[in-house]
Amino acid sequence: MASIEVNGKSYETDEEGYLVDLAEWNPEVGNYLAQSENIEMTDQHWEVINFLREYFEEYQIAPAVRVLTKAIGKKLGPEKGTSEYLYGLFPYGPGKQACKIAGLPKPTGCI
Amino acid sequence: MSDIKKFMFVNRKAPYGTIYALESLEVVLITAAFDQDVSLMFTDDGVYQLKKGQQTKGIETKNFSPTYRALEGYDIEKLYVDQESLAERGLTEDDLLVDVTVLTRAEVGALMDEQDVILSF
Amino acid sequence: MLHIINRSPLSDKALENCLNTATGGDILLIEDAVYAATAGNAFEARLRAAMGKFKISVLRPDLEARGMADRLVEGAAFVDYAGFVELVAANKTCQSWL
Repeated sequence: MASIEVNGKSYETDEEGYLVDLAEWNPEVGNYLAQSENIEMTDQHWEVINFLREYFEEYQIAPAVRVLTKAIGKKLGPEKGTSEYLYGLFPYGPGKQACKIAGLPKPTGCI
Repeated sequence: MSDIKKFMFVNRKAPYGTIYALESLEVVLITAAFDQDVSLMFTDDGVYQLKKGQQTKGIETKNFSPTYRALEGYDIEKLYVDQESLAERGLTEDDLLVDVTVLTRAEVGALMDEQDVILSF
Repeated sequence: MLHIINRSPLSDKALENCLNTATGGDILLIEDAVYAATAGNAFEARLRAAMGKFKISVLRPDLEARGMADRLVEGAAFVDYAGFVELVAANKTCQSWL
């Protein structure tokens, strides 16, 4: 089992770098995971991360990209509910990168 | 698309006691990506999957019942429940955590006949 | 003797066969068998009829997991994991109707 160290505390991750226990997540861990993905976090990034965490809290799954895009459009405005916008923030895919930064498991059906 | 098929997932098992309910749900979520015409049928002990108020802390198992409420966001809106199965278990539509269409046994059978593919769990 | 059942009475004959075979004693319902002891289910009358002969216990965490803890039938008792162990310890023999 792999692990990362943030502020002197160790967090377990799987072999792809996803946090094992999402209850352990905090914004510092999010920042660390973002850095390892070469992403500079902005308010726009956090907006998506927070949305993902709320979604997981409510439904107990990480949404598929298509579902995330639609739900973001509904919640944060249609200009943000596009794959261009989300891929602009998370170039390797909002499902893969944003879920990892948010401390969620990989979305079901995401290969 | 011309080759849209009618898929029905038939759920007949109670949650947690076996892995079928969770497996079905995961396959449903994956299938949602393929833009097919998906229906979910809950019959026999499968109706227990949709019971409100599940609290799994005591058995240290993931409570996947909230995920049924995410199905709408995946454009899976055809959820059917067999009326007799509900009644045999002392349940009514109000006990369920999502909106469903309640069908008689005859209607369930007819709907099964309309499908191109049936996946049984 | 303690009889342990873990299958739903509406999809498996384990509980029915246990009630018809065993001469008496404790019955502990766990996992999917807990549905047998919920009010309004089609097996309720059969279970109630057996209560003179058997003492029925139901594992509470399993009933809670299934969202049914608020409808335990009268005459059946909740047990937690410690109660499960006590039942096993209190009986000379124990049979799981798998």
